[in-house]
Amino acid sequence: MPTLKLKDGVLTVSADRPETEITLEAWRAGARPEGGRFALVLPNDVDVAEAAEALARVDAVILHFPVFKDGRAYSQARLLRERYGYRGEIRARGEVLRDQVLFMARAGFDAFEAAEKDAPGFAEALSEFSVVYQSAADGALPAWRRRAAARAAAA
Amino acid sequence: MYRYDEFDETIVRERVKQFRGQVARRLSGELTEEQFKPLRLMNGLYLQLHAYMLRVAIPYGVLSSRQLRRLAHVARRYDKGYGHFTTRQNIQYNWPALVDVPDILDALADVEMHAIQTSGNCIRNVTSDQYAGAAADEVEDPRPWCEIIRQWSTFHPEFSYLPRKFKIAVTASPHDRAAVKVHDIGLILKKGEGGKTGFEVIVGGGLGRTPYIGHTIRDFLPKEHILSYLEAIMRVYNLNGRRDNLFKSRIKILVNTEGPENFRDQVEAEWEKIRDCDIDIPREEIERIKRYFAPPAFEALPGESASFEAARARDAGFDRWVRVNVVAHKVPGYAIANVSLKEPGRPPGDATAEQMEAVADLGERFSFDEIRVTHEQNLCLPHVRKDDLYAVYQALKEAGLAAANVGLASDIIACPGLDYCDLANARSIPIAQALAERFAASGEEEDLGELKINISGCINACGHHHIGHIGILGVDKKGEEFYQITLGGSGAEDASLGEIAGRGLSSSEVVDAVERLARFYKRERREGERFLDAYRRLGHDAFKGAIYADA
Ligand code: SF4
Repeated sequence: MPTLKLKDGVLTVSADRPETEITLEAWRAGARPEGGRFALVLPNDVDVAEAAEALARVDAVILHFPVFKDGRAYSQARLLRERYGYRGEIRARGEVLRDQVLFMARAGFDAFEAAEKDAPGFAEALSEFSVVYQSAADGALPAWRRRAAARAAAA
Repeated sequence: MYRYDEFDETIVRERVKQFRGQVARRLSGELTEEQFKPLRLMNGLYLQLHAYMLRVAIPYGVLSSRQLRRLAHVARRYDKGYGHFTTRQNIQYNWPALVDVPDILDALADVEMHAIQTSGNCIRNVTSDQYAGAAADEVEDPRPWCEIIRQWSTFHPEFSYLPRKFKIAVTASPHDRAAVKVHDIGLILKKGEGGKTGFEVIVGGGLGRTPYIGHTIRDFLPKEHILSYLEAIMRVYNLNGRRDNLFKSRIKILVNTEGPENFRDQVEAEWEKIRDCDIDIPREEIERIKRYFAPPAFEALPGESASFEAARARDAGFDRWVRVNVVAHKVPGYAIANVSLKEPGRPPGDATAEQMEAVADLGERFSFDEIRVTHEQNLCLPHVRKDDLYAVYQALKEAGLAAANVGLASDIIACPGLDYCDLANARSIPIAQALAERFAASGEEEDLGELKINISGCINACGHHHIGHIGILGVDKKGEEFYQITLGGSGAEDASLGEIAGRGLSSSEVVDAVERLARFYKRERREGERFLDAYRRLGHDAFKGAIYADA
């Protein structure tokens, strides 16, 4: 399955996965990547704090959606971005559907394991809303900030 | 009341457009029903026994006349001419066609309404005190805070796939009319040290199969921090709430298995890390929202009205309606007028399009264009001049809406039950109708005083039977409908859960049993003692005995 990657609002299809995947257990057991690209695979029931020191060494973190309704990885992604300042790729794996992809992007995901044919639908879903109410990990300005900006511009 | 600006409007319009696309994909066969289901559920569209049901949000139960007229229009044009007001201060339509739903949503968007987050495992419509802004005992108007929470929770990217649905209620009065202790989160606005107002935060209450009264995890939260604090609670729940068992996935289970203190510590620890993270809105945005809820232009009136007193003396029906349905207002010369949707013999909470229009007209003419929906499935005109009450009453009477029973035995809360709901064990509506007719016909209802009867068709407890002074629960006994009675529940500030009283009863037995309970109370009560107080004084066994007395 390819990976759909989101960068600067544009979704592109990437066929290859250059990263070697490493589990948290392996990391804890002392496995340390040397050279090449690495992705840390985190189940959705671990506290991301446990992965904190690994973050500087990996190119991607893979988070899980065992079923689309299981939304724990949204919190994990926000924590990785907002609390641990992780700037590498955060990739969604599992039941990754067009109807959740905007929430994922807002929570900090920038890569989605999905079929190439899904790309147009994903791109559409990512652009369906032009206003948001709350700040999250995507940097979108919440409505209250835009209101304040509009007031300032009018003054 | 709140008015959308361009940002609010854009979100709702974009949502309708998105849903229109989803419905088109379903109708063309691109989506199977199975694939469509999670999408429609995100927009309050359920598939019920006979048809689709659409649930429309009425944020914290506040409506303008224009909005209520639009709800009437939807009922007439797209449904069978009526709608059903729910215990979540929402309205449900039981017969819309799928192909019409996008048009319905557009028609609602025209009046700043939507069906966003009226279902699904997300933060649902925030509910509040129906007397907000009018009640004499409130600390401050809770509605701006409800609106602030509404905006924050709408399409929240982190909290749209929670372990389970999530309900928040806000009140600002010591007398709790919003049942905050039986919500996932209940918030009470109160005065703290130095006269500042803040929130008491209660978590983990709820009904359903495992009912709990919530626990206070923070006695006083400065109110400007409410969103970051809510976000901390939601994050702890989203990460740790159970997802392996549907019946154990509400936050009440998490709070009670971890222990309230432990849960509180986790929330506080999380909050410490995020309280300065750009979640809380600044003072000017709070003030912007508050301005929409500025009190209407009340006139300076004398507290008493001669014409009102004269009408009461002249018309006994009006006098009774005033005694039962009208509540004191904080401004002299004004009153709060409750409109009962519990006319005996009618399904509780239902209103026809004509009735909605009649109430909309009255709201426009006599209540500063405001109407409220109560969590007891009634309507309310919050700001009526005493001088106008008689005119309001006469118009309500004409519309079949002048039942004088708010808070009395025939003001029954009932879920849709077996008539509509495919989870039901038993019918609720016919029991409610039979009871209401029995009590209304007895002529003793008013003398019985406050008596809350709640009926649920199954253990999911949508009729909130656990918090009825008398609760009735539909159970299945070898394929037959039976009813279990619970006693002593309350959803108010003295919250308690009803206790089961003996074996199940058939539908004919249950009506007699409730009547016997009422008679027993009447015989045993002390001066001024409500049913609930008498129950608490005399004990469960005494009342339980009364159920089977003549049986
Ligand atoms: S309580 Fe049961 S029967 Fe009644 S509406 Fe809820 S699920 Fe349906």
